[in-house]
Amino acid sequence: MDLRKNPNEQPNWKGIWVFAEQRDGIIQSVAFELLSEAKNLARTLSCEVSAVLLGDEKIEVDPLFEYGVDKVYVAAHPELKNYLTAPYTSTLAEMVNTYKPEIFLIGATTIGRDLAARLAIRINCGLTADCTGLAIDPEKKILQQTRPAFGGNIMATIISPNHRPQMATVRPKVFKKIKIQKQKEKNVIKFSPVIKGEDLLVKILETIKDESVKVNLQEAEIIVSGGRGICDQKNFKMIEDLASALGGAVGASRATVDAGWISAHHQVGQTGKTVAPKLYIACGIAGKIQHLAGMQGAETIVAINKDPDAPIFKVATYGIVGDCLEIVPALIRKVKELRI
Amino acid sequence: MEIAVCIKQVPDTAEVRINPETNTLIREGVPSIVNPFDENAVEEALRLREKHGGKVTIITMGPPQAIEALKQTIAMGADEVYLISDRAFAGSDTWATSYTLACAIKKLVAYDLILCGKQAIDGDTAQVGPGIAEWLSIPQVTFAVKIEVDGKKAKVERLLEEVNEIVEVPLPAVITVVKQINEPRIPSLKGMLKAKKAEIKTLSAQDVDADQTITGLKGSPTRVVKIFAPPVKGGGEIIEGSTDEVVSSLTQKLRERKII
Repeated sequence: MDLRKNPNEQPNWKGIWVFAEQRDGIIQSVAFELLSEAKNLARTLSCEVSAVLLGDEKIEVDPLFEYGVDKVYVAAHPELKNYLTAPYTSTLAEMVNTYKPEIFLIGATTIGRDLAARLAIRINCGLTADCTGLAIDPEKKILQQTRPAFGGNIMATIISPNHRPQMATVRPKVFKKIKIQKQKEKNVIKFSPVIKGEDLLVKILETIKDESVKVNLQEAEIIVSGGRGICDQKNFKMIEDLASALGGAVGASRATVDAGWISAHHQVGQTGKTVAPKLYIACGIAGKIQHLAGMQGAETIVAINKDPDAPIFKVATYGIVGDCLEIVPALIRKVKELRI
Repeated sequence: MEIAVCIKQVPDTAEVRINPETNTLIREGVPSIVNPFDENAVEEALRLREKHGGKVTIITMGPPQAIEALKQTIAMGADEVYLISDRAFAGSDTWATSYTLACAIKKLVAYDLILCGKQAIDGDTAQVGPGIAEWLSIPQVTFAVKIEVDGKKAKVERLLEEVNEIVEVPLPAVITVVKQINEPRIPSLKGMLKAKKAEIKTLSAQDVDADQTITGLKGSPTRVVKIFAPPVKGGGEIIEGSTDEVVSSLTQKLRERKII
């Protein structure tokens, strides 16, 4: 193993980069959220904000300019069409070492977390996972990265004082995406990646779509989740109905996933997904700490549960003590009525 | 087939709190457990050994009390276990931890496969598995929900946000596993007796050829500058009344707040 000892020289490292994660050529919301927040940070640092986009020759850079980026760095290559750890890591490592950004922000998605963890070792820098808050220390001008730990029971602020770039993965939905009024000149910098055979050892054989996932949980503004209290697998139908009436996604507690009522793609909580929608409706979910860890970042929480002592009521903005099987259908009717 | 599994002893996070006056962790009375995702990794290694033969070696980096976590894996059926423990490791972040574990794996196991849990429930970073893969310059496959080994390659199903992805990876590789991959076995009585009697080998930084200038706090690029309790949400409003009343009241409140 080669030793990676020397902290990267700091004064040469400038600007904020955001990884523009794309799936099937579509740039993900989290990238726009991070660009919007990067612009706030850039004001304190008086620096540029750039997006870095990897994809094939057909990749579209234009949407990024709607969020006020100063530059877009693009690496286009057929082998970068779909995310794979090794070619993405090698390409980004080359780009970082060439252009030397001071800060590099990446969405904390499955792709972002797979990538950032590998890249941080390759380019010898610190990495803070799954941040929910970013700020610049006004004196030292370094990035303060705040994140939950211990299942959300504790918050920690972390810095990388001597290594550059300062790298963090950031949770989707933490920051708002803000389009700018007047677009700047489209400054696109093309980078020609060299993809080596040793980076192409892993092959994607197949992608299995889960037909029950209609709306991506982590991107959803509204989530309706079902727990044991809905009593039966077939009652997930009413959870789906409420979610679709509200234009939201379907979530689930671990107990219902373990019971085989619904697929793991829906699971919210420590062993599932962390979500932060505008509205989270917990139906028949007791609210164990492991579940709360995955959803207490929601702006508004509605809890419906028979048990008045259920811990979910401790985090709920609005609580209804009652039977989901009565309340939820009534709520569906009411929502539909209001929409007419 | 030689399989190395990295595990971590973690506090049962549900019990960890912050002392609001000192802003320090309250660890007293908090039970220690094997990180749940790592238990799945151990279970998967044992199943692969049952199918393909070979040996399962468990490695953990931690303080002396992490021996208890290793003993639990012996009780489950692990062949060999090692505690990597040294004052030089204190204060390691994921960068230094992945370096140290990679050193230990390289020194101790002629690995075909390295398994880890997808993340530890205390730090929740999911960074150590990929870090080990990078230090060893081998491929990584994260978030595995199914692993099939066929000679010198593996077919792995990954649990992603909306889809499952099936990839083929040549071995050796690092694979990190999610909870849904299996149900960890309950140790047998025989296993527990064996664990009780087992002598756990403890190795230092020097024993695993780790360069002490890049282990522990010295080797860690990140620093924790502050810990604090998350803002308390506090119980909100309980809406009371008949079904129709509560539903009307709720929708009205959500509309007033422009949520729906």
